[in-house]
Amino acid sequence: MEHRVALLFVILAAGCFLAGCTKNDAALEVPVVTVMTHDSFSIGKEVLDGFEKEQGVRLRFLKSGDAGAALNQAILSKEHPLADVFYGVDNTFMSRALRANIFVPYSSPLLSCINESLVLDKTHRLVPVDYGDVCVNYDRAWFSQEGLPVPESLDDLVRPEYSGLLVVENPATSSPGLAFLLATVGTCGEDGFVEFWQALRKNRVLVTDGWEDAYWGKFSAASKGGRPLVVSYAASPAAEVYFAEQPPESAPTAAMTGSGTAFRQIEFAGILKGARQPELARRVIDFLLDTPFQQEIPLKMFMFPANKNARLPEVFTEHARLASRPVILDPEVIAERRDAWIRAWTETVLQ
Amino acid sequence: MRPPGNRAAILLVALPLAFLGVFYFYPLFEIFSLSLAPGGQWDPGNITALFSTGSSLRILWFTTWQAALSTVLTVVLALPAAYVFARYRFPGKSLIQSCTTIPFVLPSVVVAAAFSALLGDRGLANEWLMVIWGFSSPPIRLEQSLAFILMAHVFYNFTVVLRIVGGFWSRIHPGLSHAAQVLGASPWQAFWKVTFPVLRPGIMAASLLVFIFCFSSFGVILILGGPRYSTIEVAIYRQAVHLFNLPMAAALSLLQICFMFAFMWVYTRLQRSASVPFAPESLKTTQRDIVTNRDRVVVWGTVFLMLLFLASPLLALVVCSLSTGSGVSLLYYRAIFQNAGQSIFYIPPALAIGYSVWFALVTLVLSLCIGLPVAIFLSRDRGLATSLLDPLFMLPLATSAVTLGFGYIVALDEPPLNLRASLIIVPLAHTLVAYPFVVRSILPGLRSIPAHIMESAVLLGAAPGKVWWKVVAPMVRRSLAVGAVFAFTVSIGEFGATVFLARPEIPTVPLAIYRFLGQPGAMNYGQAMAMSTILMLVTAAGFLFLEKLRTGPGGEF
Repeated sequence: MEHRVALLFVILAAGCFLAGCTKNDAALEVPVVTVMTHDSFSIGKEVLDGFEKEQGVRLRFLKSGDAGAALNQAILSKEHPLADVFYGVDNTFMSRALRANIFVPYSSPLLSCINESLVLDKTHRLVPVDYGDVCVNYDRAWFSQEGLPVPESLDDLVRPEYSGLLVVENPATSSPGLAFLLATVGTCGEDGFVEFWQALRKNRVLVTDGWEDAYWGKFSAASKGGRPLVVSYAASPAAEVYFAEQPPESAPTAAMTGSGTAFRQIEFAGILKGARQPELARRVIDFLLDTPFQQEIPLKMFMFPANKNARLPEVFTEHARLASRPVILDPEVIAERRDAWIRAWTETVLQ
Repeated sequence: MRPPGNRAAILLVALPLAFLGVFYFYPLFEIFSLSLAPGGQWDPGNITALFSTGSSLRILWFTTWQAALSTVLTVVLALPAAYVFARYRFPGKSLIQSCTTIPFVLPSVVVAAAFSALLGDRGLANEWLMVIWGFSSPPIRLEQSLAFILMAHVFYNFTVVLRIVGGFWSRIHPGLSHAAQVLGASPWQAFWKVTFPVLRPGIMAASLLVFIFCFSSFGVILILGGPRYSTIEVAIYRQAVHLFNLPMAAALSLLQICFMFAFMWVYTRLQRSASVPFAPESLKTTQRDIVTNRDRVVVWGTVFLMLLFLASPLLALVVCSLSTGSGVSLLYYRAIFQNAGQSIFYIPPALAIGYSVWFALVTLVLSLCIGLPVAIFLSRDRGLATSLLDPLFMLPLATSAVTLGFGYIVALDEPPLNLRASLIIVPLAHTLVAYPFVVRSILPGLRSIPAHIMESAVLLGAAPGKVWWKVVAPMVRRSLAVGAVFAFTVSIGEFGATVFLARPEIPTVPLAIYRFLGQPGAMNYGQAMAMSTILMLVTAAGFLFLEKLRTGPGGEF
């Protein structure tokens, strides 16, 4: 009896398996363009359907881990690319991507609508799609309850009244963590940032390895964590409102966006060298830069659209912020110095 | 079973070796040669760099001793429970046993969330203590400590010891230990001198698995330990993904693999001399009902303590998934069934469960196909072949997922092996991690079968195949089932390989949980907790189903 059951299992599993493997895209006879991206990418059905109908293509998305892991896989597979388009290189990884020479230039006509300050690659191998500021978020209820003024600058963070309140991510393992380190490098200078972190360590800063753990595990506004200050995005308060159980009157959190407290992260897309559908890949880049998709970005990925004509949703205009004067560093310098900065940071804060 | 001759033995391991060759050694070789010998030029600089600063050795040292300590703790804590499950029949046994396996499938982010909700600085335990005893600050301070890492490792691996040792123990006749006591041994002496030596192969097999798991621990170290603690696995991930220092990552991976090979080589030698032959008994003779008060205290006391430790973090998760801002409700559960943002990446829970279960079943079948011949091959001492192949077959379990994932990207890129974007790659990757569990579950049982039993069968005229089906198989069916359960479990909970190889149209449940945790907002957190609860329920249901099959009308297996 149980032999038969076991056999049935094997046949069922094998059958499902074969059925799954043979169900191929080729049968549809619509050209397929593959977009390789990171885990945080998202897009609405309606906008995508519109593009696919208009161009007579099907988009396939390949999500390959976080931004760093995805880019590394694109670089490793450059002899036999996995995709036609890559979306999600940020300005901290930009030089690595350009040096690996995995993208081909494409000057999309839509670049005219793109915020010029974001176009960092003048050869147009990588074009900016969205951006956002990494900065300190605070728990509003906690600060009003304690009657403590909210910190406004990096220097405030090392003052004794804010001792033991901040949680940051490890720049060696987390991209917001790295972005915040770069903000401190930009503001305090290459000579001063180590001193700043020494002071922050004395002020009992807590370090976690990833954003998830910092935000969900340690931030008092998001969970049972005990720290009212966390490094996140300036748009995170909008997400707090958008994903609240009941629409709140005001956001439970807010971002610290004073001059020199934030790092501007810009995300780029490009056409991979050796793409099987180079012509359609260009249409995909146009689509990523055009207003229908650009207006999706805020509520799908909680970043700001790079296209100047894109309209922002209300929850964004009200609760998401951009830093007044964010730190912007040359991607070349970042690529050159990042290892040394991370090492200095590790020695100062962890050892 | 007459030991299969050389030709039969080669046939036996041909398929597993081919599988390993294509899906393990070939990708590893490609990524190593790309990293360490770019352009065909061997550059030993990275290997020397590995040892020039003491930091790699420090990491190796920490990795080893935390794994050893975790293993000892897990075995010591789980042995009493294994005894109770091996010796007693009691109501709710299979349900309780299923529950103990749940931790094994939970993603580390979720386990971290559960532990923090329970024992974190502002967790339930601290809240109660502060209210009841009037502490002014949280008395339990575990966050980012070694104790937290060790607790999580025991929490995860408890079931490995419970199932493998418990299963093995239940086949040993209690008369052995009774006889010793009749002859004047104290209960402790009877255990130490009689039961333990017979039990040792089972304990060693379970310890090896736990050790390897803790040795290559990643999520637990990263999240619960915080950035001050680093295992080799974590160091490889940092080098490969964030610093893109592939040569360094490859050198660290080589160090990890060589160390594990050496370790397992020693282990294999020790284990081969440890096996004591005995004829496995039917459960009817080894297990008894609860009769005396002492039995009651022993059984229910152990079960209570075990559940207190294993179930309370799980209950904390369920509580989190039900407590919304406006009190207890099913809000989060309703939400996971709606695609509120009309995203194309929305994961319908039923679909994710379907894919998870489907991958797990394929993994289960593949792991049995690979693991069973390997175990049969290794059960006979074949000299050098065994001492080399035994550690070799365990290596995939001890290899960094990132290294292997990158290896797949580089190696499996041309037909006929262009599998990088294919569906089959996920269960294949899971099988690499799952089949060692099948091997280690069956092996102690296979080795302990006395040669004379099989010789008698052969003398009585049974063909080798018949000896296997009629004599050997019935004796190891139970441990085969244990191996199958682990293969299933490993696949359901696997996340590392899946995230590298995933396509959005084939989501699994752990992937869905991570997607919710990727963005701020109370609804996302709540839905992640709800999804985790569903994962626990699906797992528990799966085990109960496997258990039912096992003890169905065809008899126990």
